[in-house]
Amino acid sequence: MNFETTIGLEVHVELKNNSKIFSPAPVRFGDDPNINTNVIDWGYPGVLPTPNKGVIEYGMRAAVALHAKINQHTHFDRKNYFYPDNPKAYQITQSDIPLAENGWIEINTNGNYKKIGISEMHIEEDAGKNSHSDNGYSYVDLNRQGTALIEIVSKPDISSPEEAYDFLRTLRQRIQFTGISDVKMAEGSMRVDVNISIRPFGQEKYGTKTELKNINSFNFVRKGLEFEEKRQQQILLRGGTIRPETRRYDENTGETVLMRVKENSEDYRYFPEPDIPDVDISDDWLNSVISSMPEMPEARRKHYVDDLGLTDYDAMVLTQTKEMSDFFDETVSFEVDPKLVSNYLQGDVNAYLNDKQVDLQDTKLTPKHLADMIKLLMNETISSKMAKKVFKAITNGEDPNEYVKKNNLSQISDTNQLSEIINNVLNDNEQSIIDYHNGKDRALGFLVGQVMKLTHGQANPKIVNKLLLDELSKR
Amino acid sequence: MSDLNSISDEEVKHIAELAKLSLNEEETKKYSSELTNILNMIDSLNKVNTDDVKPTTNMSNELARLREDKAVINKGECEALLNNAPEIENGFIKVPSIINEEEK
Amino acid sequence: MLDYKNVEELHKDLVNKKISVTELVKETLNSIKLHESKLNAYISINEEQSLNMAAKIDKKGVNPDNLWEGIPIAVKDNLNTKGILTTAASKILSNFKPIYDATVVQKLKEAGAIIIGKTNLDEFAMGSSSETSYYGAVHNPWDLERVPGGSSAGSAATVASRDVLVSLGSDTGGSIRQPAAFNGVVGVKPTYGRVSRWGLIAFGSSFDQIGSIATNVQDAASLLTLISGMDVKDATSSSKKVPDFRQKLTGNIEGLRIGVPKEFFGDGVDPKICSLIKDSLKVFKEQGALIEEVSLPNSIYGIQAYYVLAPAEASSNLQRFDGIRYGYRADNINNLEDLYVKTRTEGFGDEVKRRIMLGTYALSASSYEAFFIKAAKVRTLIINDYKELFKKYDIIVGPTTPSVAFKFGDKKDETSMYMNDMLTVTANIAGLPAMSVPAGLVDGLPVGLHIIGKPFDEVTLLNAGYTFEKINNFNLKPNID
Repeated sequence: MNFETTIGLEVHVELKNNSKIFSPAPVRFGDDPNINTNVIDWGYPGVLPTPNKGVIEYGMRAAVALHAKINQHTHFDRKNYFYPDNPKAYQITQSDIPLAENGWIEINTNGNYKKIGISEMHIEEDAGKNSHSDNGYSYVDLNRQGTALIEIVSKPDISSPEEAYDFLRTLRQRIQFTGISDVKMAEGSMRVDVNISIRPFGQEKYGTKTELKNINSFNFVRKGLEFEEKRQQQILLRGGTIRPETRRYDENTGETVLMRVKENSEDYRYFPEPDIPDVDISDDWLNSVISSMPEMPEARRKHYVDDLGLTDYDAMVLTQTKEMSDFFDETVSFEVDPKLVSNYLQGDVNAYLNDKQVDLQDTKLTPKHLADMIKLLMNETISSKMAKKVFKAITNGEDPNEYVKKNNLSQISDTNQLSEIINNVLNDNEQSIIDYHNGKDRALGFLVGQVMKLTHGQANPKIVNKLLLDELSKR
Repeated sequence: MSDLNSISDEEVKHIAELAKLSLNEEETKKYSSELTNILNMIDSLNKVNTDDVKPTTNMSNELARLREDKAVINKGECEALLNNAPEIENGFIKVPSIINEEEK
Repeated sequence: MLDYKNVEELHKDLVNKKISVTELVKETLNSIKLHESKLNAYISINEEQSLNMAAKIDKKGVNPDNLWEGIPIAVKDNLNTKGILTTAASKILSNFKPIYDATVVQKLKEAGAIIIGKTNLDEFAMGSSSETSYYGAVHNPWDLERVPGGSSAGSAATVASRDVLVSLGSDTGGSIRQPAAFNGVVGVKPTYGRVSRWGLIAFGSSFDQIGSIATNVQDAASLLTLISGMDVKDATSSSKKVPDFRQKLTGNIEGLRIGVPKEFFGDGVDPKICSLIKDSLKVFKEQGALIEEVSLPNSIYGIQAYYVLAPAEASSNLQRFDGIRYGYRADNINNLEDLYVKTRTEGFGDEVKRRIMLGTYALSASSYEAFFIKAAKVRTLIINDYKELFKKYDIIVGPTTPSVAFKFGDKKDETSMYMNDMLTVTANIAGLPAMSVPAGLVDGLPVGLHIIGKPFDEVTLLNAGYTFEKINNFNLKPNID
């Protein structure tokens, strides 16, 4: 029997506003526990929420990036449940009318383009954080309480773990380009819950879903789904039935593990938030958000291909992340060849990031330094071999011009100076000249090596080659 | 008394669970009869024709005033908040372990 | 017991140093203490701070342009007062000292008023008799065997016994107006959104409003002017301009169009009260008002809609009392579930639990449409009824309560207790300003005239009350000393 797979994703993205969604406490992480909290975040008796304009604006930007229809008249709702990191015992969210709905993004899976629908996107408040110890207590830090989140829910259009992976990458990319979030799984500013069901081909009714919670990388999402897809297939092939379960992905075994069987869905007693009047988004406001939207990846790609002459492939790779694309744009702005910049970013820079496992913005690399280095290379002040050294220096934040000067790295391209050295070398190595004329290629290499040795590697190899060949033909 | 509006002991227990209240058998019975009485009082709402009527759930006569996205830091507020908490440790609010309730 | 006609008179004496603020505060404290054993009107008395503040004001003298400087005001104990115990008359907050002031409290302080104490109420303002208070019931100064009404029981009783001239209360379904009526004083609930709710411990968020209680309309209007206005901390507070309500009292109601809904004189309303109120309408007529009988057909469902919606909101609002961040925490906790359940079960009283249960039920998935949404639709209909009436009338008038103050323990079951709110509750349902003014006595106990106004037209409302008060000349006080 053949099955088709249906995958749904619920993605939470934490917005990097200055203040929280319903309280003016600062949004900041890594501080001492509870430092960035006030009476609102603690759910004190008598406090009231005040909605943050910036959050709604960021939400609108996300909606535009997801091609979603923005509901210009919306409101908030309460979702009731008790938990120590949920101080009011209700979360202010949107359940009736999400900020936006009916969007889509286009993914590219192995060269195939596919539109994946977004059923809705709403804004809500994040909870605090509980940490656990083995002494029988848990500890609550409310710094994160009230930080704004958007929740993005996909339509059941995703039909493979690979597509789910590509959806997440594309989603992250687009959100990142809006500038509203760091969208980092590792830091919790992007969180993914997935559900998956399978059904025999041709069957109209969806199969029973299982849910995977708290997965912390896109790769694990893909692997978890692949495992789950197989697990469900095996159960059905055995004649069994899928239970509606919540499972988690075990990174060590690569398997999914049962957390709990979902019984009657929880009763969250949603109802409209009486403390916050309806939110109205005027046409003017909406238009100003649309017109001030940061450029999306496809616009940049078009610019790179049409205006800068890059290949489609290069343009795609460079727009993979906003940092890379921004870095590229700024480097090119120093009037260096875009193709060379592109090559460097995809080559040395990417290799460096992979090697160090860091993000571009967390390095000491700057567009100015990269541009200066490329200029040194282009005007032949340094050789591409020297450039390796200079690159290492700029990853340490050093100025390439100063570095070259300090270390006397500049290339010798002066023909007079080089001719003199070459003549000396040839005079000292008569046998090599004979070997060369007898067709032994190695001899030329040896002679170049000697020139390099005498110039401490600073001779311009291209010129050395040319001069050497000229001189050899005379002898 | 219509059947629709009688609340069983079971329902009362379920509601109490949602509300994090504990009831013994006697209290459960008491609440189930009291709530049934109240619901029967409320039952007359069903006499009102509300076809095509929109529910009113927010009483503000204005649309939301949105706050500019500026952070306000109140020094000392955190300390005062922690001082009011029943149990704290190293700046955290301390609660009985929540593991084995769900996560991890 | 203070023998001042109103705050303005008292203010003059303070300015002229006929009495010092310290003397005034001492006298106020004495009066409160003298009555306290009989009334139980206070949960805490703010003696030391009040005296300190009085001394400070005396040192520099009372500013003649500041009516409120040095005036003692009693504040209902569901309003947050920084550093002063604020309990909402619940065990669950019996150890709670807020770290911030309610906006109204801040306004009182900025005006130099002296917060003399925190008044007793029904637990979380849920009740019509004060019997649900964790601190014991308040007694009616007109008859100690009778309830003072609720939930702003202490705030009404302490004004009735002239400990203070003014107090603050809160009104979710009648909690200012009903005790004002039972105590023979004036109580005003302004339009929803007129006064900031920041710092008011929420009961029903879309119903709650803070208002003033006073011996006379003039003082109630002055105090309302002081506490009104937009507050950035309350998104539901209105940005409408606040007139000086006191200055707008003209005593002239000629041409005022008054609607008298027949439903307010229907089943369940004491006929003696009906006839007293109908009688007192003459006062308006004599002053040139036009009076017509009208109908509010859906108002008879007000109490039912209210007892779905307010408990629903309350059940959610009261979830924050979980023993984790502040307030009471139960002992002998084995795990988190225990902490929640024991704290809440021990911390809340019967009536609060009943409403939490009712509200939780109304919001639960299986009854949300049938109860919550249904009631919210009926709410719309009631609002529309009023809108229609206000096209033709300026104010709506009737009795405040269906009975006079009843004896403790008289309302045996909750539904008959809930009917107490039947005449006041529609003003909260529609967010309208409303007030109770003493109209006379029935069986020796005070009866209130209830006036409902157009949204944000407190001026017309208060002026009607003021004119009525002047002509009707209800000058009686309880005798408890």
